[in-house]
Amino acid sequence: MKSGFDLKSSTILLLSLLASTWGCSGSRSQQSTAQQAAEEKPSAAQAYQGKLEPDDGQWIRPAKDFASTRYSTLDQINSSNVKDLKPAFTFSTGQDRGHEAAPIVVNNTMYIITPWPNELYALDLTKPGAPIKWEYQPKPTPAAKGVACCDLVNRGVVYDNGKIFLNTLDVQTVAVDANTGRELWKVRLGDINKGESMTMAPLVVKGKVLVGNSGGEFGVRGWLTALDENTGKIAWRAYATGPDKDVLIGSRFKPFYAQDRGQDLGVKSWPPDAWQIGGGTVWGWISYDPETNLIFYGTANPGPWNAEERPGDNKWTSGIFARDADTGEAVWFYQWSPHDLFDYDGVNENILLDLPINGQTRKVLVHPDRNGYVYVLDRTNGEVLSASPFAYITTSTGVDLKTGLLQYVSEKKPITGSVVRNICPASPGAKDWTPSAFSPRTGLIYIPHNNLCQDEEDVSANYIAGTPYVGANVRMYPGPGGHGGEFTAWDPIHGKAAWVIKDRFPVWSGALATAGDVVFFGTMDGWFNAVDAHNGQQLWKFKAGSGVIGQPVSYKGPDGKQYVAVLSGVGGWSGAIVAGGLDSRDPTIALGFGNATRELPHYTTKGGMLYVFSLP
Amino acid sequence: MCSLFRRCLLAIVLMLVAGSALGQTQQLRICADPDNLPFSNRRQQGFENRIAELLAQDMHARLTYVWQRMGRGFIREYLGKSQCDLLVGIPATYAQVSATRPYYRSTYVFVSRRNARARPANLNDPELHSMRVGVQVLDDDYAPPAHALARRGMQRNVVGFETTGEAAPSIIRAVVNRRVDTAVVWGPLAGYFAKRYPGMLTLTPVQPEVDPPGLPFTYAIAMGVRKGNTQLRDRLQQFLDRHPKQIHTILHAYGVPQMEDRVTSAGGH
Repeated sequence: MKSGFDLKSSTILLLSLLASTWGCSGSRSQQSTAQQAAEEKPSAAQAYQGKLEPDDGQWIRPAKDFASTRYSTLDQINSSNVKDLKPAFTFSTGQDRGHEAAPIVVNNTMYIITPWPNELYALDLTKPGAPIKWEYQPKPTPAAKGVACCDLVNRGVVYDNGKIFLNTLDVQTVAVDANTGRELWKVRLGDINKGESMTMAPLVVKGKVLVGNSGGEFGVRGWLTALDENTGKIAWRAYATGPDKDVLIGSRFKPFYAQDRGQDLGVKSWPPDAWQIGGGTVWGWISYDPETNLIFYGTANPGPWNAEERPGDNKWTSGIFARDADTGEAVWFYQWSPHDLFDYDGVNENILLDLPINGQTRKVLVHPDRNGYVYVLDRTNGEVLSASPFAYITTSTGVDLKTGLLQYVSEKKPITGSVVRNICPASPGAKDWTPSAFSPRTGLIYIPHNNLCQDEEDVSANYIAGTPYVGANVRMYPGPGGHGGEFTAWDPIHGKAAWVIKDRFPVWSGALATAGDVVFFGTMDGWFNAVDAHNGQQLWKFKAGSGVIGQPVSYKGPDGKQYVAVLSGVGGWSGAIVAGGLDSRDPTIALGFGNATRELPHYTTKGGMLYVFSLP
Repeated sequence: MCSLFRRCLLAIVLMLVAGSALGQTQQLRICADPDNLPFSNRRQQGFENRIAELLAQDMHARLTYVWQRMGRGFIREYLGKSQCDLLVGIPATYAQVSATRPYYRSTYVFVSRRNARARPANLNDPELHSMRVGVQVLDDDYAPPAHALARRGMQRNVVGFETTGEAAPSIIRAVVNRRVDTAVVWGPLAGYFAKRYPGMLTLTPVQPEVDPPGLPFTYAIAMGVRKGNTQLRDRLQQFLDRHPKQIHTILHAYGVPQMEDRVTSAGGH
């Protein structure tokens, strides 16, 4: 999921992560963020030979381009002068939940959406200090707060054709006039009473707004829906479980591997009827390849969380679909984690590149998964070309490239009533939703991620509303090295890290790569960092008012200068960590977990703030 | 002498308690679920409400309730943050609280129609494979009997039911209405709602008592206080030690199957 949680997205939950992470990491004085020197290895990668979308200096969708590179061609800010970067203006969002969104810049206006209650601000970049141009309040129902698995986050809005599109936590998609803030249409796409919510950023492809649901804990069935951008009318909806007709599987469906072929596997790979509550929500990222007219997106974890109750591969959860962008028809599918045992989801970003693999240029997508592998897939047919570990993994030994199957380690399989230790990666995965960036100048992918393991121990009595049961107490802790997070520069061709920056905490922000060979990312304790794209050397840092878990972007202002913008505001982290701990039907629990950030007083406090930087 | 001693002790305890947890007015702040019969509800009709009243009398304390649904995170946010002082019923081995010794012990039971063709008592009963079995839904998962059934290949047989608030009686009603062939339900819930169908149902403790490797179906229930609040815990223990019969009577009146009773049937008796 959970939640996010995703809790969740998600879904087991672990309160103790916060405590144990800090507890295990030593004193504050030794801390810090990216200032720990990167391991100095020269970059083994090479400049990218493929083509990227032209960059007009705007930033109209969170992932920057359809290929999801998060790469800006602006180069005024470079590795020599970035040390002089200064705040140009700031803006308080007035909200104190986790700020995971990317600021969007178009027509000299910046658009930012807050976490719950999902207020949308347009800031006028042509005026000093970028004052508010207009604001739009969707006023989502407060009841939605209770069903969000992984804090009340929102991962951003998208611009297309004079409109801004946003999703609200209470499962509505809204179109707003980009100039005036006037609401153009608003559609309710799901039922919060069933535990559904919406946190992902929409993507607009050829006049269709693509959105998916969150809440893959208990009782939710995942879907991706395409809406007409002018009317909000549903063009098609593709479920992640159930009969082929619901999943939009038809004659064009040609999965690469045998285990994904057959009729109605979305029904047959489950106990009877279990697919109806099987999860597989779509709360992550969507990429689009104009050449093949395919969209690519991952599906989240299966439900219920207890894997013993859903024997089978649980298709089509924790995998990736390629679909026709116009009709939604499935073209291929690959399952990262069949019969997902650890809430690994499958919704992380897919970066579309053309890479030389074994002497041949292949159209690929690169996907760093929760399960700990960076996958390189042929995006035309779903073949796994490589799957290389980028984190410490004990739950599997690798991916069989012949069968495409993840090789699980059977001793790590959770069994009710038994103790399993040293499960790595932990449930939030080797990497959660935090999107990577790609620089064509270095050929490297910059991956913000986790270094977490968990024990399922202390199998002890628990109870809910008077009914006792035995629950495994899941305890998370930093993996090898004792640090909770890493920022890794990854060579996708050779399947290995070029350099790694360690951080005390999971690195929970997005990454931004620029043509100035500067890469930006934030840390949970509030540092916003600029590092050298080639070697990871720290070049600049800024201490924000709260932890940085947002997605940095870069744009050209009306004055012709390059700007870098990011939201600070910690919170989604705690939500994500405790993902599965939330009862999606209990409105009081989310509040309780929101308060988990109170345990961060020595590092950071809550509060959303936009920071925009430029050279003097 | 004895009674004087006891009174002095009581006074000391109350002073200690007043200085620490209960505040100057000697109130007893109990965390309870506002809509969760037979345990408690806002109208104070549950057996935990009865026991709390008995306790308040015994301690000469004023009873106040902090009403809060008992979902996950609840102990940490309420008991842990001193918004209340005690819980009337928690598993005795629950690690997040300081618990008294258990004052009753109950079990998950099979609830079957008295005239049903098959009335299973054991999870290994082969008849179960052809039956629809109601189980409780707890948060985002099923109650433990579902895990045991799943492990025996009976995922297909399981039907989940919410068992709090208005929905609570539905799992028992489903047995009566033949929507399921049997249900596996935590004893206090089963016993209480089965009383609505006198003579129609049998309640049979689930066997085995512990499903290997470590999934128990019987649980001992105690009172719980914030960790470290041993004065209050000890005071509660005195109360429990003094009134076992009254407590037993309350539990019996609500139809709570108690392991000492060797309960094998209920429903209207």
